[in-house]
Amino acid sequence: MTTTTLAVLVPLLPFLGAVTGLLLGRTAPGFVRPLAVLPTLASLALAAIVAVRQGGDAAVDAATELTPTGSVPVELALHIDGFAALVALVVGLVATCVQIYSTGYLRDDPRYPSYAALVSLFTSAMFLVVYSGDLIVLLVGWEVMGICSYFLVGHYWETPEARAASIKAFLVTKLGDVPFLIGLFALATDAGSFRITKILGTVAHGGLDHPTLIALLLLAGVAGKSAQFPLHTWLPDAMAGPTPVSALIHAATMVAAGVYFVARLLPVFEASQAAMAVLAVMAAVTMAGSGLAALAQDDIKRVLAYSTIGQLGYMTGALAVGDRGAAVFHLVSHGAFKALLFLAAGVIIHAAGTNSLAAMSRMSGLRDRVPDAFWTMTVALLALAAIPPFSGFFSKESVLGAAEHVTTGHTEHAPAAAGWIVLVAGLLTAVLTAAYAARLWLLAFRGRGAEAPDHGRQPLTMTVVLWVLAVPSLALGGLAYRSLPDWFDGRDLAPTLTTSVLGTGLALVGGLVVHSAWRHTTAVAARVPIGAVAAHPEGDAAQVEAEAIATHAPAYGDVASAPDPADPGRLLLGPLHRHAATGFHLDAVYTTLFVRPVQAAASLVRFLDREVVDTYVRGAGTLPRWLGTAVRRAQTGNVQTYVSALLAGTVVLVVAVLLVATGA
Amino acid sequence: MILAQAPHGFLSPTGVEIAFLLVGLVTFGAALVSVTTKQLVHAALWLVVTLGGLAVEYLLLTAEFIAWVQVLIYVGSVVVLLLFGLMLTRAPIGRSPDADSANRWAALTVAVAAATALVWVVVDAFRATWIDLDGPAAGSTEATGASLFQNWVLPFEALSVLLLAALVGAIVLSRKAKAERSSPSLNSRDTDESSPSVPDARKNPAEQEGAR
Amino acid sequence: MHLAYPAVLSALLFCTGLYGVLARRNAILVLMSVELMLNAVNLNLVAFDVWLSRTAEETLHSGQALTLFTIAIAAAEIGIGLAIVLAVHRNRGTADIDKLRDTAEGHESAPSDEPAEDDGTAPAAEKAEATA
Repeated sequence: MTTTTLAVLVPLLPFLGAVTGLLLGRTAPGFVRPLAVLPTLASLALAAIVAVRQGGDAAVDAATELTPTGSVPVELALHIDGFAALVALVVGLVATCVQIYSTGYLRDDPRYPSYAALVSLFTSAMFLVVYSGDLIVLLVGWEVMGICSYFLVGHYWETPEARAASIKAFLVTKLGDVPFLIGLFALATDAGSFRITKILGTVAHGGLDHPTLIALLLLAGVAGKSAQFPLHTWLPDAMAGPTPVSALIHAATMVAAGVYFVARLLPVFEASQAAMAVLAVMAAVTMAGSGLAALAQDDIKRVLAYSTIGQLGYMTGALAVGDRGAAVFHLVSHGAFKALLFLAAGVIIHAAGTNSLAAMSRMSGLRDRVPDAFWTMTVALLALAAIPPFSGFFSKESVLGAAEHVTTGHTEHAPAAAGWIVLVAGLLTAVLTAAYAARLWLLAFRGRGAEAPDHGRQPLTMTVVLWVLAVPSLALGGLAYRSLPDWFDGRDLAPTLTTSVLGTGLALVGGLVVHSAWRHTTAVAARVPIGAVAAHPEGDAAQVEAEAIATHAPAYGDVASAPDPADPGRLLLGPLHRHAATGFHLDAVYTTLFVRPVQAAASLVRFLDREVVDTYVRGAGTLPRWLGTAVRRAQTGNVQTYVSALLAGTVVLVVAVLLVATGA
Repeated sequence: MILAQAPHGFLSPTGVEIAFLLVGLVTFGAALVSVTTKQLVHAALWLVVTLGGLAVEYLLLTAEFIAWVQVLIYVGSVVVLLLFGLMLTRAPIGRSPDADSANRWAALTVAVAAATALVWVVVDAFRATWIDLDGPAAGSTEATGASLFQNWVLPFEALSVLLLAALVGAIVLSRKAKAERSSPSLNSRDTDESSPSVPDARKNPAEQEGAR
Repeated sequence: MHLAYPAVLSALLFCTGLYGVLARRNAILVLMSVELMLNAVNLNLVAFDVWLSRTAEETLHSGQALTLFTIAIAAAEIGIGLAIVLAVHRNRGTADIDKLRDTAEGHESAPSDEPAEDDGTAPAAEKAEATA
């Protein structure tokens, strides 16, 4: 089979799996698990073959036009370069791991068939986005991902948090998608095609008429999808979905789609200095803010969610300095270790029976209960904190190196200011990242207090994939940073000495500070009992998690934070903790700015409809009713009256006819 | 038309015309009394005068067969039937003040208007038309019979079927009514069925008014 | 004889019958008035038939034939009509037309009580059965 055929099969297989799974879910439950895992696994294998055949050489391009669609043609096009091949590989790997993990995690869930089908559909859509060479086809995958995310976040729809979170995720990403769509149209109008290759060709010749407008419009969609400031607020709430979903969609793949999109069309953004500056500022604000917020979260998954936002900020930062190689490198390694983090967090939540770090810090022996999760999570957290030689170190250093390279002003495509912004924010975030990673590790695994409850061994399907993902988290960066430039633009990704020393040093500082703060507060922890544990520890992991999420707000007063004086994050952040825990009140700001005005407008419209429009309607009904009352009077029931009226009318008509006929 | 040979004027009536006019006046007067009298039985009797007068008019128009049929059927049977009807419905003997309904003024207006229109049209149309009554009678029994059984046989037979149907119908109506009356169970069931629905029908308009 | 005489007499009789139909309260008197109207039509038919039989070469005597038919039908009509009136009178105790107001909107005057509601339709139903 040709590479093109294989590449077409990659998104097609999970799609067929999803359709079959949905159809057979009720009638043949025995087929659901194979139908969920096998197509994704086959897609992974095919994506690997495609990657090997492509091998970082010239991009594979194929296109067919099904039917003419008006002025700008829409084509089913493939555009597989090194970026696409590698990202598809990561997507396939994470999706396969998540599907295998889900068979254990949602072992007893009655809605597992639809869940698995939606994950398959999502995987298919992500493959489509990655491989597509046509922006409209890409948009199809983009939106299918959005709707899958909506359904999967709302998987525990019995809980109000999940319902609200799914609607919020959908609305916020759609808010970005509207300008995104307009931007796509503007771009296609300027370039005369939706094909990525043609657009890039147009950009290379300076053929874009409105580069800044287009870039900013597209950035809105990217910010929504990739959870960048100011449209990031949906991602922490989306943690109300099942953990595997968070791992696949809200950590490794879908949120990376925005970054990947910018990476594909980077020349378009580079055509506008303003867009690059906006991108840099957006990345910087996102990185720093999310780092602070992550330090204040109590829900283990929300910590990881803010960490995801921050790491996506690194990627957009790399794009802002014009180095898409570094961005995609970080995307790949982040996809591996963040998926691992989430999946391990799922195991921990199941074992501990709670998602609250405050409660975990009062349990001892959790790491002995789940040794697999402990070791793999340690690896992933080290990768997240960018400690050498873990893969996160190399990818993050490539980002920082690219930013440092721009600060010298030797590049024409990105302003030096952007380089400085990204570099400073990146270094600051390195401290924060290490700090919250250390806090997470210390609170979860070094708790003191009652023995952690024993729920038996975790399912094998859940622990094996942790080790599978631990391998790339550990070794990918170190092994790949020399060969990856061949796949990408050819720019060197090796860490530079200055940034490596700076970054690693700052990370160590952050970790050590948290450690000392933690030692200071453990004494307090013993005095303040806190904690709530899921009511059904014998249930499967999904049930435990759903109950943990549902009980967090009643138990601790808030879904995000807990009033725990023993939290090292609280000690370090000081007065800032209160604001960081709520995501710097961005939701409240949105409520004031958008929700309240919309509600006020709605009540105004309701008032107008009830009191003004209906008055006219009622008035219009009054006259016919009066007429009807008058006419009803004539219905006396007396036949003679009727006949009299009838004959009188006849006489009048006859006389009239006669007069007309005789011409009188 | 005969206009050319004999200009007949209204001011020099023939004997037949005078007779027709006089009998016509009697007929019309009897008809008027018949529809206005307050004594119901008298109305039927005045109807006899009217119908008899009409029979005379038929004779004057040389339609003798029709005239005798008129006397036989109308005066002989229909009026008797009507009298039986009045009797069976226990019509009051003597003056009944409410013989006319409240509709009478409307009826009078309509009737006068219709009469005016009709008379005007008829006079306007047939002012100069003349019927020649000399020669063999146009409505002799022979002529009528020949025409009826030569040209009108099929309608005649159809009419006999209609009459039969009417006869059977009248009998069924009376018999059924009698059976119903003799069995009170039927009646009571009828009332039982109808009574619950009636208060609803009474109530509903008020409720609908309120609802609107 | 002038055709106008019988024609005018017929018109006047017809309108007299019309008045009776519209103004009379008792159903039997209404039937009488209907007879009056039918007779007016008969007179018209006879008069025009006589006139036409003199002027036309060939005549079917259609006017006289139709008059005979009318008389026969009128006899049938009076029979059925009386049967209906009698049935109504039996069921409601009255033969007054303006008391049969079941089709009135709102029923402002209903001296006849509840059973009347249903019985009003009974003669009609019986009539339908009879003619069937």
